[in-house]
Amino acid sequence: MAGSGTAHLRPRDETLLRLENIVVEFPTRGRGTVHAVSDVSLDIKRGETLGLVGESGCGKSTTGRAALQLPKPTSGHVWFDGTDLTTLRRSSLRRARPQLQMIFQDPISSLNPRRRVKDIVSEGLDIWSVGDKLDRAKKVRSLLDEVGIDADAAVDRHPHEFSGGQCQRISIARAIATEPKLIICDEPVSALDVSVQAQILNLLEQLKSRYGLTVIFIAHDLAVVKNVSDIVAVMYLGKLCEIGPPDQLFQSPVHPYTAALLSAIPVPDPESKPQQLGGVGGEVPSPLNPPSGCRFRTRCPRAAERCAEEEPKIREMRPGHYVACHFPLEVDDVGVTAPSSDGAGS
Amino acid sequence: MWFRRRKRRSLESADRFPSAPPDVPLLEVDSAQTSFVTDRGTVRAVDGVTFSLERGRTLGIVGESGCGKTVLSRSVMGLLPKHNVVRSGSVRFEGQEIGNWAPDQMRPLWGTQMAMVFQDPMTSLNPVMSIGNQITEPLLYHFDISSGYARELAVALLQSVGIPEPDRRLRQFPHELSGGMRQRVMIAIAIACGPKLLFADEPTTSLDVTVQAQILDLLQTQQRERYMAMILVTHDLGVVAGRTDDIAVMYAGRIVEKAPTRVLFSQPRMPYTEALLASIPKLGDAAHSRLATIPGRPPNLIHPPQGCKFSPRCAYVQDKCRVEEPPLRPGPEGKHEFACWFPVGTPEGRAAFESNKKAGVAAVEARLGGETVPVEGVS
Repeated sequence: MAGSGTAHLRPRDETLLRLENIVVEFPTRGRGTVHAVSDVSLDIKRGETLGLVGESGCGKSTTGRAALQLPKPTSGHVWFDGTDLTTLRRSSLRRARPQLQMIFQDPISSLNPRRRVKDIVSEGLDIWSVGDKLDRAKKVRSLLDEVGIDADAAVDRHPHEFSGGQCQRISIARAIATEPKLIICDEPVSALDVSVQAQILNLLEQLKSRYGLTVIFIAHDLAVVKNVSDIVAVMYLGKLCEIGPPDQLFQSPVHPYTAALLSAIPVPDPESKPQQLGGVGGEVPSPLNPPSGCRFRTRCPRAAERCAEEEPKIREMRPGHYVACHFPLEVDDVGVTAPSSDGAGS
Repeated sequence: MWFRRRKRRSLESADRFPSAPPDVPLLEVDSAQTSFVTDRGTVRAVDGVTFSLERGRTLGIVGESGCGKTVLSRSVMGLLPKHNVVRSGSVRFEGQEIGNWAPDQMRPLWGTQMAMVFQDPMTSLNPVMSIGNQITEPLLYHFDISSGYARELAVALLQSVGIPEPDRRLRQFPHELSGGMRQRVMIAIAIACGPKLLFADEPTTSLDVTVQAQILDLLQTQQRERYMAMILVTHDLGVVAGRTDDIAVMYAGRIVEKAPTRVLFSQPRMPYTEALLASIPKLGDAAHSRLATIPGRPPNLIHPPQGCKFSPRCAYVQDKCRVEEPPLRPGPEGKHEFACWFPVGTPEGRAAFESNKKAGVAAVEARLGGETVPVEGVS
């Protein structure tokens, strides 16, 4: 797995956001370079939700942030609505920012504890002087209503007076205030309890259809990602493994890593015994010194010599379903047998 | 050794704590209450919990944050803060009452009789002590053995929890190990002195899924091989589903339902359990399927609601629920206990749900995945 290539990208004019060969590296003091994201390409159509999954340290958050130029990627291009954000100067990038908003993982620490809810939600509106003061106050109230917070009781309060789920609702209101085209949700529900998680997921779906939002949904919980996504990309150690429609990808994964991830999830059903088949041992290697060739090979049950020498390129296995692997799992419907050794696309 | 040793005893005579006759459960907790005294009032974290656990069995304790599951396990272990804690009720271990024991009395039990694996392996290991010293510490404290022999035992323990190159690992420090490896070390320390009861408090919450599966498998094999009883405390119903004999669901400091695992998942009786199961996104569901939700949030434990504590969020709620708290009692199937006046799947329950549906109760809408965003008040 863990390969590069752009075979899965769709024509540029169909997409709202297109990441091309994104590389993000962080220098360390004397220990070399952290290869957080290495040559990842992704695109997303208007109104689509892209789910980005992987274990911690796989570069999913860094990829999402690179799209917002937070920080600017080391190399690669970010096309948003026809402009390459990586070439913009600071002032023009600033003008583009209201279009791109983010919702963070920890709802409580991502809200300034010393400010009141109304100031937090209207900050973007204040900066861009949308309407006059009265308009903005009205807008804040309608935003809070929309996310299910009682505006009368909430506007003059501080974040610590709210529960985690309510704080996440407030940060959603803040994110949609500037009427963005794209929202990046970085683990928006992983700090919440299950009963509250469902509320927030339903709310996001509702707002998405109402505002025609395009969403990048980053999470480690595969079931959550499947629930919200139109297309899912699986990452491992800074590389893309597999990308495809959620129902198909989770039903019959093609990449050994996706299969391993799926078999490792504890299923809330006592009848389904934890599967031993397809699980992987070991842990994710260090991104300071990633393995050669395919980055998953050190844990992959199907790894062969070729995987160490040659990095797999992304290729189409089924319509709309792409994988970066030399020996993908069996796919009956297109006649590829396992282990397939054809290097189509490489 | 620089730490204080207990009166040593040989490995063979380790089992000095008297075993109860086999028909007495290993652990019996009876109407345990634990409250914390705070400036804002008394928080009733554990509010009358009763259960028992047989030798070699596994019990899952499931609940959302703040439901009292961690405080319950710490109450049994005697690991509560010294001040501002009010406890009542009884905890019997091997038939002996230990609920009111001081830490000095409990100390001989920790490690040899009961042990705990904590949630965060980074903060629960000592960062300035080598792995080897942390594993041999309980061995040398409890048993009359040489430090050389303790080291040999430590190597064997590390091997049994699946750590490669145990000799080298013994000289390393926690920061040199990954999260999964640290949790393996925690497990090795917990099982070092052969406890009869192992608590695992959210043992995999800070780990990735592939590592989580490895750690849960490890806990299960160790539990079986050593015939330990295990209490697995978690918020994740998926974690307990395939790995426990029984499950207790906690809500607002009480057990609201307790049943054999299969029964609980196939026939939940308490509306909270049913709603919790329904609100988890499942891999089998199609993408974009709407999730059932539970409106509102868990109650404030300083001023809990009257009657059934789940009543403000319940889809089956009736007037009786708001006044009178239902006791935890066995249903007609015997081993299945639940605390509800209008249990799910019974004629009374169905009637209550239907009448609420007609009346347009918000919780019913949410339970059915309704389109409305309920407006939340602020407490």
